[in-house]
Amino acid sequence: MTLEAATLQAAIATNRFGLGARPGDIAAAQSDPRGWLEAQLAQTETPPELRSLDSSATRLAATYAARKEKDENTRKPLREALRDAYRDDAARRTRAAIATDTPLRERLVHFWSNHFTVSVSRPIVAAAVVPYETEAIRPHVTGRFADLLLAVTRHPVMLNYLDNAVSAGPDSPAAIRRQRGLNENLGRELLELHTLGVDGGYSQTDVRELARILTGWSVAAERDRDTGTFLFRANLHEPGDKVLLGQRYGEDGMGEGLLALQRLARHPATARHIATKLARHFVADDPPGTVVAALEKSYRDSDGDLGEVTRTLLRQDAAWAPELRKVKTPTELVISTARALHGAVHEPETAGGGGQPVGHVDPVFRSLGLLGQSPFAAPSPAGWPDQAADWAGPEAVVQRVDWALTVGEKLGDGIDPRQIAEQALGPLASEATRQAVSRAPSAADGLALLISAPEFQRR
Amino acid sequence: MTAFLDMNRRHLLASLGTAAAMGALPRVSFARTVGDQRFVLIVLRGGMDGLAAVAPYADRDYGSLRGRLALADPNAQGGVLDLNGFFGLNPALADIHPWYAEGQLLVAHAVATPYRDRSHFDAQDLLENGTVTPHGTETGWLNRAIGLLGGSPLDGSTAGRRLGLAVGQGVPLVLRGAAPVASWAPSPLKEADGDFLDRVAALYASDPLLANALKAGLESASMADHALNADADMSMDGAMADGAPKAKGVRLDPAQLGETTGRLLADANGPRIAALDLQGWDTHTQQGTTAGRLAGALGNLSKVLVALRAGLGPAWRQTVVAVVTEFGRTARPNGTGGTDHGTATAAFLAGGAVQGGRVLADWPGLADDRLYQGRDLAPTQDLRALMKGILREHLGLDGGALNKAVFPGDGSPAAVRGLIRT
Repeated sequence: MTLEAATLQAAIATNRFGLGARPGDIAAAQSDPRGWLEAQLAQTETPPELRSLDSSATRLAATYAARKEKDENTRKPLREALRDAYRDDAARRTRAAIATDTPLRERLVHFWSNHFTVSVSRPIVAAAVVPYETEAIRPHVTGRFADLLLAVTRHPVMLNYLDNAVSAGPDSPAAIRRQRGLNENLGRELLELHTLGVDGGYSQTDVRELARILTGWSVAAERDRDTGTFLFRANLHEPGDKVLLGQRYGEDGMGEGLLALQRLARHPATARHIATKLARHFVADDPPGTVVAALEKSYRDSDGDLGEVTRTLLRQDAAWAPELRKVKTPTELVISTARALHGAVHEPETAGGGGQPVGHVDPVFRSLGLLGQSPFAAPSPAGWPDQAADWAGPEAVVQRVDWALTVGEKLGDGIDPRQIAEQALGPLASEATRQAVSRAPSAADGLALLISAPEFQRR
Repeated sequence: MTAFLDMNRRHLLASLGTAAAMGALPRVSFARTVGDQRFVLIVLRGGMDGLAAVAPYADRDYGSLRGRLALADPNAQGGVLDLNGFFGLNPALADIHPWYAEGQLLVAHAVATPYRDRSHFDAQDLLENGTVTPHGTETGWLNRAIGLLGGSPLDGSTAGRRLGLAVGQGVPLVLRGAAPVASWAPSPLKEADGDFLDRVAALYASDPLLANALKAGLESASMADHALNADADMSMDGAMADGAPKAKGVRLDPAQLGETTGRLLADANGPRIAALDLQGWDTHTQQGTTAGRLAGALGNLSKVLVALRAGLGPAWRQTVVAVVTEFGRTARPNGTGGTDHGTATAAFLAGGAVQGGRVLADWPGLADDRLYQGRDLAPTQDLRALMKGILREHLGLDGGALNKAVFPGDGSPAAVRGLIRT
């Protein structure tokens, strides 16, 4: 590889597969761009920003306690504390993404977290969404899909978010004693969104059977021990045989669900669904069939080893094409901006002195909200969309440009935007963008133009 | 201040036209008058429970089927608000109940799109794309309808004018397609202007996607500034006095959302057709009856409609609002105080142009053997027939073109006639 080609590949590695280049990243990746990425797959340490996070059980227990409180004056501060806890967690998570030396790994965390979306739109889980990601997603993004699927499906936050925690088999002891029954929500989304995909060949009967299989997968309540942790409630479990996708499941309590998840993880439709989503996320809205086929084969050959599937993605020539086909999501835009500025976005505003006011909203968190992608606030269990049509509408593009101008005005003072352009984009920066940045009337405008430029809005 | 920004935004449009090699210069003022009909499509995302929004309280199987989710008779405490002796509105919709008596609210029941599976995402896609297949096309039926508006009562200086308006940061599928649409969302960010936008526009010369979006967005901003400031002095709401209600941040409350949409549509040179989304209808748990998650969502819908009417002012007389959702929910409660994904549901048409005060339903009944697959309200009318009726009688689209381009097919279902006041 010539030096020019290697530099271009390094710029692609940091921007398309990473979270945007910090100063020095392109140079660091230059000697072996793919190797630079592959090495990150072996780094499994939790980022320092997220190490002291409360557990999801602690947060769920606090949520339950706040709900039980009848007095509004007592309840209000409890609820505010939970909201602040979520905001603080989300700010830590973005700080981790901005600071990380393993951006590919962090991208994978974001991808799988979105695949297995939970959302603050359901207040019962709002304070526990980041702990959920840390506990259920993060440890498995280069492991086996089957392990990831199990960790997610038995996680109390998912069981609450998709209502399985309260689902009772119609013939279970609990249902017979009191008026309770089945809830199909998790069963359906597990098939449609998490594993087989909507065209994966399942029926309404399968949805119901999977919901029956999963009855009893629940969460310890206040009156139980270990509040907020996973609890299999045998008295909610539907007794008797079930048939899912033509396969019989004899009565086996929680074992039925474990077996069903293993089979779903191995299902060919799951391989295709995962391959398509990964290729769409990293390569193009309408991904090349060769890339999808290679990922699908890799998934099947490796029994769903996500590290291996990711390595296969990195070996696809089509994935390294110079054309920048993906428009960044707001999250990718904000994080890559902060990385380009070497974390300058996070300098707390010091005006007025003193500490941060109560309810202070982190500027990155606020930016994400303004651009329409508040952390863990996806509108539905399908997660955030992943195509340009969803993010580059008229209003959205104008807001991105307005946001770029605001960033320029707040952070452009005393920086050299030409240098930032070189460090963040390297050879990806077009001649037109270089000229526009260098001819801008101020550093603030230069930075704002860089952030607005197509090469920075895309990856 | 806003006028200054407005000027700069407008100034930019000319250079964008060149930069993006868009051909003819965009028009930023519209001298000729166009038709006055307004159409608003509100999509309730998540699947509204039609049997809870509009209860068939007099159906003999209703009470036993719905169990804990059954609403009481009109004469009972917290009971439904009677419509016609058989159906009643959920009390959370009390604010629009008088519209029924005024003849400005029509309820359609046992309605469904052609979709018969139970995925939200496929169902919404089909609802919006107007075909009989999820992902059958990349464009939306309302966008295609806008594209046909030449030759209709909305004829005239439509070139360069954006008749469609997407309320929100994104453009929903139903409004995506070849016809350019405006979009509007509140933003507290300072607006980029003049010289800076010229420079950005020049950079986008090589990127048609971003160039076209920026151009459309700026035209929308210009339009919104104009519409929202035209009568600022007359506005009762202080938050509206400085253009869009920006100070409040990006999350508008339902009343602001409705009122702003209404005012944008009321502007003589503004858009005529708008689409907006409301969330919160996927009530698998804690659905409730007159209180709970569904009542909360219905209350929001009611607020949006009332504010929309206020924002439209006299233009309400020429307005049809259609409230639709991707599917209904199970007829029986599920085991967890909610309902799961179902099939048929209710839809609402409201507005001064609606021939309302009636319930359109070929009621299938709620007996076990009448339910679709033994679980859902059975569909007896196709939502497309209602939408065709509006497009035909209200917006003046030709029937042949409707069946060719908007809801492609063999012409069935036929447009429902007489939805519009004559």
